[in-house]
Amino acid sequence: MFGAGGGTSSYREAEDADLIVLWGSNAREAHPIFFHHVLRGIRRGARMYCVDPRRTTSAQWADAWLGIHVGSDISLANAIGREIIRAGLVNEEFVRRATTGFDAYASAVEDYPLERAERDTGVPAALIRQLAHDYARADRAQLCWTLGITEHHNAADNVFALINLALLAGHVGRYGSGLVPLRGQNNVQGGGDMGAIPNKLTGFQDIETNMQARARFEAEYGVALPPKRGMHLSQMFEAMETGDLTACYIVGENPVRSEADTGRARKLLGGLAHLVVQDMFLTDTAALADVVLPATATWCEAEGTVTSSERRVQRVRKALEPPAGARDDIEIICELARRLGRDWGHPSAEDIWNELRGLSPMHAGMSYRRLEELGGIQWPCPDEQHPGEMFLHARLWETDPARRGAPAPFTPVEQEPPLDELSEEFPIRLTTGRRLDSFNTGVQSGQYNTPIRRPETLNMAPEDAARLGLAEGDLARVSSRRGSLDAPVHLDDSLRPGLAFMTLHFPEQVATNVLTLDAWDPKSGTAEFKATAIRVGRAEMLTSGGGSERAEVIP
Amino acid sequence: MDLRLGVAGEATAQEQAAVTSVLGPAEGGWDGGQRTAADGHAAFGGHAARARRHLLLPVLHAVQEQIGWISPAALDYVCARLTIPPAEAYGVASFYAMFSTRPAPSTVVHVCDDIACQVAGAERLCEQMEHRFGAERTETGANGAGVAWQRSPCLGQCDRGSAALVQRAGGDPARIALAPFEPGQIRPSVSPALAPHDGPLVPQATGDRASLRLLRRIGQADPHSLGSYRAAGGYEALRQAMSVGPQGVIRELKDAGLLGRGGAAFPTGVKWEAVATHPVRPHYVVCNADESEPGTFKDRVLMEEDPYAVIEAITIMGYACGAEQGYLYIRGEYPLAEARLRHAAAQARGYGFLGEGIMRAGFAFDIEVRRGAGAYIAGEETALVNSIEGKRAEPRNKPPFPAQSGLFGKPTAINNVETLLSVIEVLRIGGPAFAQIGTASSTGTRLFCLSGRVERPGLYEHEFGITLRQVIDAAGGMRDGRPLRAVLLGGAAGSFVGPDALDVPLTFEALRTIGATLGSGVVFVLDDTVDVSAIVARIARFFRDESCGQCVPCRVGTVRQEELLGRLARGAPLGSAERELALLDDIAAVARDASICGLGQTAVSAAISAARLGLIGADREEPT
Repeated sequence: MFGAGGGTSSYREAEDADLIVLWGSNAREAHPIFFHHVLRGIRRGARMYCVDPRRTTSAQWADAWLGIHVGSDISLANAIGREIIRAGLVNEEFVRRATTGFDAYASAVEDYPLERAERDTGVPAALIRQLAHDYARADRAQLCWTLGITEHHNAADNVFALINLALLAGHVGRYGSGLVPLRGQNNVQGGGDMGAIPNKLTGFQDIETNMQARARFEAEYGVALPPKRGMHLSQMFEAMETGDLTACYIVGENPVRSEADTGRARKLLGGLAHLVVQDMFLTDTAALADVVLPATATWCEAEGTVTSSERRVQRVRKALEPPAGARDDIEIICELARRLGRDWGHPSAEDIWNELRGLSPMHAGMSYRRLEELGGIQWPCPDEQHPGEMFLHARLWETDPARRGAPAPFTPVEQEPPLDELSEEFPIRLTTGRRLDSFNTGVQSGQYNTPIRRPETLNMAPEDAARLGLAEGDLARVSSRRGSLDAPVHLDDSLRPGLAFMTLHFPEQVATNVLTLDAWDPKSGTAEFKATAIRVGRAEMLTSGGGSERAEVIP
Repeated sequence: MDLRLGVAGEATAQEQAAVTSVLGPAEGGWDGGQRTAADGHAAFGGHAARARRHLLLPVLHAVQEQIGWISPAALDYVCARLTIPPAEAYGVASFYAMFSTRPAPSTVVHVCDDIACQVAGAERLCEQMEHRFGAERTETGANGAGVAWQRSPCLGQCDRGSAALVQRAGGDPARIALAPFEPGQIRPSVSPALAPHDGPLVPQATGDRASLRLLRRIGQADPHSLGSYRAAGGYEALRQAMSVGPQGVIRELKDAGLLGRGGAAFPTGVKWEAVATHPVRPHYVVCNADESEPGTFKDRVLMEEDPYAVIEAITIMGYACGAEQGYLYIRGEYPLAEARLRHAAAQARGYGFLGEGIMRAGFAFDIEVRRGAGAYIAGEETALVNSIEGKRAEPRNKPPFPAQSGLFGKPTAINNVETLLSVIEVLRIGGPAFAQIGTASSTGTRLFCLSGRVERPGLYEHEFGITLRQVIDAAGGMRDGRPLRAVLLGGAAGSFVGPDALDVPLTFEALRTIGATLGSGVVFVLDDTVDVSAIVARIARFFRDESCGQCVPCRVGTVRQEELLGRLARGAPLGSAERELALLDDIAAVARDASICGLGQTAVSAAISAARLGLIGADREEPT
């Protein structure tokens, strides 16, 4: 946010907040650790709003749930912004001192009266107004979101819409107030921080515009960096389609199962001239590879660090010897370099970390010793005296303009419906998400049993199922504009009529991403997993054994 | 919530009506009602919904009373209405003995076989019940029809010779206490011929009625009439309290040296002051009327015969502690006392003694009567607070004490009925005058629950300092002139004393020196005809049943105690009787040191004292 790719707050601030807004986040199931902090806040009296198409188990804890139509987030956020302005609840001092672009924003949201938002979202205007007032009036408010905001074709706009609200109310840069994007794994944040983003060097340094950083990296590595950013995942698939990308080296990722439109992903990866996959498991993607490099489990068989959603870098220690044949990622990469003619020696994880500290100013003060002593450090931590930052952007509250630095810009954004439009032929909106006991494509979570795991189902509103003559457990044929599959029906009263839900957890049983659209956001590269138009009918009972993937592509 | 009790199905219309009778109609689909289009886009819950959690017990009572058991579907419906996870609600429903989570017959007779009734021949009654209605009910039973019976811990009718509590699904009244009880009163086909008794059998004192203080209105004032209560001096104490102010009340209590009668003997004035001066608001006051100590029935008599005094005393407590809401938590086995208290509270409300502007003094206060559901442990004050909050009656760790963080986490004063009636007496005669009664450190009078082998069992009021011999003499002495073998002082959680303790003055301090306690005022007298080992075994069974299970030393220790006593009674000790008694000492020490509440700490004390007196173990004398 405002140039930094991380949440502004710490987990414990949720415990001391007065208001918590979960927007497009089912944290109770997807981020159970963070949700413990939320629950502690609630126990201390914090009120919670939940914005989500489904009344999730998180929403069941909320004081109020706003059950928006999928993809109507911007209309809701803009209406909230307009209401805050109209009610005179803008944090004027903050807006005047620390932001730019207020006037343009104020005039842009004029088109979003509460009545329009009610029409777009389905949520009663009075409830939208209530959220606007409570958010603006709260002394400390946390605005948290997850993939419900970002897995849309206009993901970045969605995020801007929320940031605008925090700027209006001055809910950023203070203890207890902040913007909190929740990360799905223990180290998603770390992956981005380490430079696994096409336009960023390690430490969120822009590869195209940050000349100082470029110079530092080039001096250290003794090579010239490419002048332009690389491709993000969605662009890579497009490049495979056009034949510009012919070889891929995939580390710890299972795109055959995790990408939208499975049929296309499988076809493109299978058609590469050369595919290398480095993974702990022989995933469906690895099964397509020319070379598979068996890697260690980084959480127990290797040394290193991870970074959590609150920007906290923590040490990971090796506890087990890896099974025979599996090798540490560092070792694999260095061996690869050696075979390519560069001897990088045998650096330890700490050696590499110290190299990184010399290149990434925000990690500079984080020696292994300090990480150990302090139980992890939250970036930025520029030197060895610095304790790390509990929350970001405190500078925005400085009275001295010099110390305040660059103001935070409002970014007006407009509501756009999901690309995969509902029609008579595809009248039901399918959205996807997670369950508590499973993770993404099941590569990690499918290895163990839990008492509450159910196989994949098509969750439907009881009214829809009744209308279609489907009962609990019946096998339904689910079709989108891209493909169709069969899945057993589960009646789910957290869904209203017209809304259906599936997960990606059991691709062997039901390949949900056969249905989804790979349209992606040009600003973030994220695909619109959250909004698919489907049609549901009864499956013919002739299928061989249970639900199955039918990746026939509808032209 | 996301979890359900298996495939429960829909609650029946009857079940839903029972729930609605407490909670009112559902507001929408998220609240257990009909799903509407509006439900698809908005829902409200959170703090407001969870704040209704305390209604769980009243709702479960309604379902139990009207249906006869709490079905999974009914429980699911309750959970939807109150936003409670089903696992938690099931934990509550299955905690309390008077809730059945399995199908049950429409009429269930709980026959008391606890210590006092056992001496009076409870085994004979149980045999008769078995003859008439078959074996004692275990977990499963027929749904909705017929009569079943089961043994019950003390029903608080120990002066009446025998007792039973009848639960009738859909009946009016749904619960009836029968004492004395004869199995002939229960008929399988027609509704049981049930006439609750009226009036206490023997409310007595050492001298004439003039010496009665707490019992002075018993039998004199009509318990149904506020007018009668006022004619007998009622509400003078509240007027007095308001004239001296809250701090004045507390000062009187301190001057009086009044100690709580619930067992811990904590100074009442100090407790009230801690609540009154606590900055956190609101404050609550609670009357602990969950009198469940085996052998105890004093609070029942007070509530049945002098209910207005209880209401007045709670009002004074609320006034002194700065509370606007009071609760009276009464055990479910006392239907008559509950009915009379509810009536008294309603009348008091009608006449402006509860509600807004009490006595035109700008003091607003009201009382809610909450019913327990069969759990001895709920009498422990923090367990009681949890029970009012709609939870399992499990004691909390202390500190914090309720005066700091009690009901709903707020400062809360909790006193039992006898203590509160003593407050009225303090205000009537003044603190210094009250301090002159009894001894220097045990001021005032004490109620004694006489039962067992005395001539006239009943409730007696004596000044502190009276000896055990005098107490027994006042009850007409030993039945049939038999020799005294032992006295169980203070109930199941108390201890046995022998004839050598007859001349110890009954005060907090004197009893402490001989390792005994007055507890809840139980004086359970045993002569040489009584099988003491059976009494001790019954006590052990009681604690095994009533341990809430939180603390391992109590949960396991009470089982070990029962097994050990069983081995001794069968004459089959492990090793020797001496080894068994040493083991019993170990169990007692661990339970005493490592349980968080009084139940665990005292669960083995009766058996230990019996062993010390030689009443159990190898060298015990066989009853003659």
